Parts: sequence; C-alpha cells; structure tokens
Amino acid sequence: MSIDETTAARVAKLARIKVEPDALPALAQEFNGILGFIEQLSEVDVEGVEPMTSVTPQRLKRRKDEVTDGNQQDKILSNAPDAREGFFAVPKVVE
Amino acid sequence: MSDLNKLGLAAARDALRSGETTSKDLTEACLAAIDGAGALNAFVHHTPEIAMEQAAAADKRLSEGDAPAMCGLPIGIKDLFCTKGVPSQAGSRILEGFLPEYESTVSQNLFDAGAVMLGKLNMDEFAMGSSNETSVYGNAVNPWRRGNDDAQLTPGGSSGGSAAAVAADLCLAATGTDTGGSIRQPAAFTGTVGIKPTYGRCSRWGIVAFASSLDQAGPMTKSVRDAAIMLEAMCGHDPKDSTSADLPVPDFEAALTGDVRGKKIGIPKEYRMDGMPEEIEKLWQDGIAMMKDAGAEIVDISLPHTKYALPAYYVIAPAEASSNLARYDGVRYGHRAKLDQGDGITEMYEKTRAEGFGHEVQRRVMIGTYVLSAGFYDAYYNRARKVRTLIKKDFEDVFAQGIDSILTPATPSAAFGLGEMTDADPVQMYLNDVFTVTVNLAGLPGIAVPTGTDRQGLPLGLQLIGRPWEEADLLSSAYALEQAAGFVAKPDKWW
Repeated sequence: MSIDETTAARVAKLARIKVEPDALPALAQEFNGILGFIEQLSEVDVEGVEPMTSVTPQRLKRRKDEVTDGNQQDKILSNAPDAREGFFAVPKVVE
Repeated sequence: MSDLNKLGLAAARDALRSGETTSKDLTEACLAAIDGAGALNAFVHHTPEIAMEQAAAADKRLSEGDAPAMCGLPIGIKDLFCTKGVPSQAGSRILEGFLPEYESTVSQNLFDAGAVMLGKLNMDEFAMGSSNETSVYGNAVNPWRRGNDDAQLTPGGSSGGSAAAVAADLCLAATGTDTGGSIRQPAAFTGTVGIKPTYGRCSRWGIVAFASSLDQAGPMTKSVRDAAIMLEAMCGHDPKDSTSADLPVPDFEAALTGDVRGKKIGIPKEYRMDGMPEEIEKLWQDGIAMMKDAGAEIVDISLPHTKYALPAYYVIAPAEASSNLARYDGVRYGHRAKLDQGDGITEMYEKTRAEGFGHEVQRRVMIGTYVLSAGFYDAYYNRARKVRTLIKKDFEDVFAQGIDSILTPATPSAAFGLGEMTDADPVQMYLNDVFTVTVNLAGLPGIAVPTGTDRQGLPLGLQLIGRPWEEADLLSSAYALEQAAGFVAKPDKWW
C-alpha cells in the first residue's frame, strides 16, 4: 500500500487540515513510513477474533433519561472566538 | 525545616500533621524553587495566588484536626487537566486562551483531599509525543545530565513537565496521564515513580481527550509510598465518565507491606528486544535478582503478540484522536484563524486546524482519518482492534497461570538529548513506548520504579505490570523493588 500525493491531499481534506501543495510529497512519504510500520499487523492470524470494543468487561451504567443540567449559556459561550447575541458566530454557511 | 520542597508527600504529610511545618511554608518553598527553575520550562502556567489560598485553607483544616490524605501538599497539574479559570491548553496553540468553566474530576478529587495547586505543567501537544518536544510552550528539560556534559536531555513525554518538576523538587508530586507510556517513560527518564492505574480507575472527565479507550491519569511522585497516597486520592467512581469503574478504592498505602514471598513474577521473553542496550538488560537481570532475593518466584512467560502492540497502537490511538480532535473547529473555544475575503466555513476549519495543531498532531489526526476512511476501516482499524483482543488475551493467559505481576524494563534506553531525534523517522520515536504500550492496550495497571543508573549517571527504571484492579498488590511489589534497589540519586542542581 503506497500513498501518493493525491491520496495525501484527500486525507488532509477529510481531516479538515489545510496542507500547502508543496508540503504534500513529504507528507505522503511520512504516511508511507508509518503505514509500512502498521503493515506488520497483516501477519497476525485474526480469524475468528472479535475486535475489542471495551477493554474492561463492564456493563455501562444506565440512568434516567432526564435533563440534569443546563441554563448556562454565558459559560458555554465564554470561550468562543466569536459569540454574538447568545450564539456562536461562524462565516455564512447558506447562500 | 529546610529544603521543604525536597520532601515527598508522605514525609510532608507527617510533618504537617505533627505541626513541624505548615502548608504555607511548604508552598512558599515550592514557589521559590519554581521561580528559580525557569531553565527547565516545567511549569508553564503559574498559579501562586491559588496555591497560597489553598495552603491557608489547608493550614486551617490541619489546625482543626481535619487532615485528609493530601491536605496542604503542593503539587503540579499536567496541562491536560481542565482546571477552572486557569489556562488548560494541552500543550497546544489551538487551546490558547481557553479558560475552563469547570474542574476535572481528578483535580477536584485532589483539591477535596486538600492538595495545593502550584501551576500547570508542560507536556507534548495533546499528549502526543515521547520527548516533550511537540509542546507549544517549547521543550521541558530534564534536570538530569550526562555527567559533566551540559547537553540538554529530554525528560520524556508526554508528561515531561510533570517528571522534570518532580525530579527537580519543584513540587512534591504531580499528575500525569498515560495513553501509551506517557507517565511511565518520563518517570523512568527522571528517576521518579509513575503509575498508570487500571483503565477505569481514574475518571477521565475534564481531561482533554487523546485516545479515550487508552487514556488514564495517574500520579508522578518521589517514591512508591507517595504514589500509593496520591493515587488513592485521585481515583474513584465518577458518574460523569461512563467508563469509570464503580468499585471500592482500597487503602493503597496500608497495603504496602513489600512482602513478595511466594508471589509469582513473570518475565516475558518477548521483551528481550533485538539491539537492546546491555545496560537495560543488566538492569532487568538485577531487578529479577532483587525480586528473587525478596522471596518471589521468578517464572519465564510468553506474551506472543507483544511485537504487534506498537503497530496496533499506531492505528487505534490516531483513529480515536482524529475523532476526539474533530471538536477543535474554531467555533466553541480556542484559536480561530484569521479569514480572507470570501472564505467560508470549510476554509475556517482548515486554516484554524493548520495553524492551531503542531506537526505531530496533524500527522496523527491524518493517519487516524486515513485508517478510518471508507475502504481501509476493515484492513486497518478493525484488524488493529482484533490484534488488541489478542494482546489482552496474552496477559489473561499468564494471569490464569497464576502470575501475580510481570517485570520488564520501562524504556529501551536512558533519556536522550533534546533534538537528537529531530531528523529521525517518526517510527523511531514511537519505539520509546515499546515496553509500556501493551499495558494500555490491555487496560492493565503498570508502574515505573527507578532501580539504577547508566554509565553516564542517568536514571533507569523497571516496570511492573499488575492484574486488573490489583493496584494495591502491584504497589506493594513495587515497594519491595524500590526497597531492594535503594535508588536515592538526585540530579545535581545546574538550573
């Protein structure tokens, strides 16, 4: 499995990280190094093995489906880079 | 009393309770040590006002005879823990200016037990690193040096600031977190003790998430006894973390008998790596001899999937990180990039994350994105989760044979120089976690104990791995190892 610049650009896009075109060859090379290392996993016989979902065999606790928190709009917005009139503000997303 | 900052938790606690000293004096001694240790770059946010207030409150409690476990003891908190009203950046530019409106459960537990917070400690960005060189604050520096060589060494990572601060006596102890070895490797590099408890012992609530199925908090201390005291104060059930275990927390300190007679200590043959330095091999053999002399039975064991732990980790951890770090979008908190005319929301995300995340974090988020993407999910992510099942089964099999704990080296080398790995392949850096990462994948408790030094006088540590939920027994075995090794060396002050 080898990653080319097009794939590297696609991954960067999916991850929503801007990568300048001139940085793509080096990035693709780094990915290939790491994936080459990961590739060892294909040697392992995993036939019939369940993928791990929880490392400790615990049943998740249940609770009543009810509101136990809230009414803290100021606190929630206090760290926003741009908050106006009680809302998070972002660039226009609809035409 | 002089040099109060050099005390450990147990000694300081006893001195406080007997009235020999006060929390105010202890705290002032630590604050003075921190002021004089800028060169180590361990403390990155200083909170002297909070510390003095907490110290005054602790002295009042002590005078009233109400002295919980950590009462009046000054500690440092890793920057990964959200602390109310105090910068909590996870070592990242993307959380610049973030002031949490809440307190992490672990730090709250410590404060409830009377602990005093001196400030926040340096770390690798989002805990991704093994040398503290990916931090937005710059490198933390190991107080240890190679003899008279003044080359700066790494304190390890990701809890590098915590390790440096404890080793240099800037605080009595510190919190750390461990996803693949981030408590145990820095502890080994600095001659300190670090324990990662069983997954679920400490609540993860309010700790900035890296890889949620692997992350655990733990103490970094000057002795095994201190680790027992502090771990007990940190852990416990928390309804706010659904993976936090609803199990009673034992009295870890009371369990420190150091009696290992009849205990079966496993020595896994797969941990004898090709090219392992002779000094590490000797350290390990010495540790085996010490446990044997103390009355333990040494048993050769096999953990056949060990070799695949690091590759599985470098699928699972980046996959979880890519999902966890999706929240840094420049909308709700932290950094937002300056936008150009006509930029929409996608450009905002992409520019914000390119500016806010450092190189290693970007790399891991993208690897995680790749292994989770359509067409590769089965080949990489599901396969890695199956291998993880096998790694955990390796441990279950040896525990079923009656093994009580497993003794291994903590790291493949002593602390290396800052910048020495800059041009190396990222995989070379990942190999630092080769002995520790299996423990996270299996959810087990593991502790690093300093047991010797290398030719250049740098500390080296061994790791003991315990059965799930049996930290009390693990700490007691670690106490036996600590007593036998008698490691008392401290770095000469140059900073």
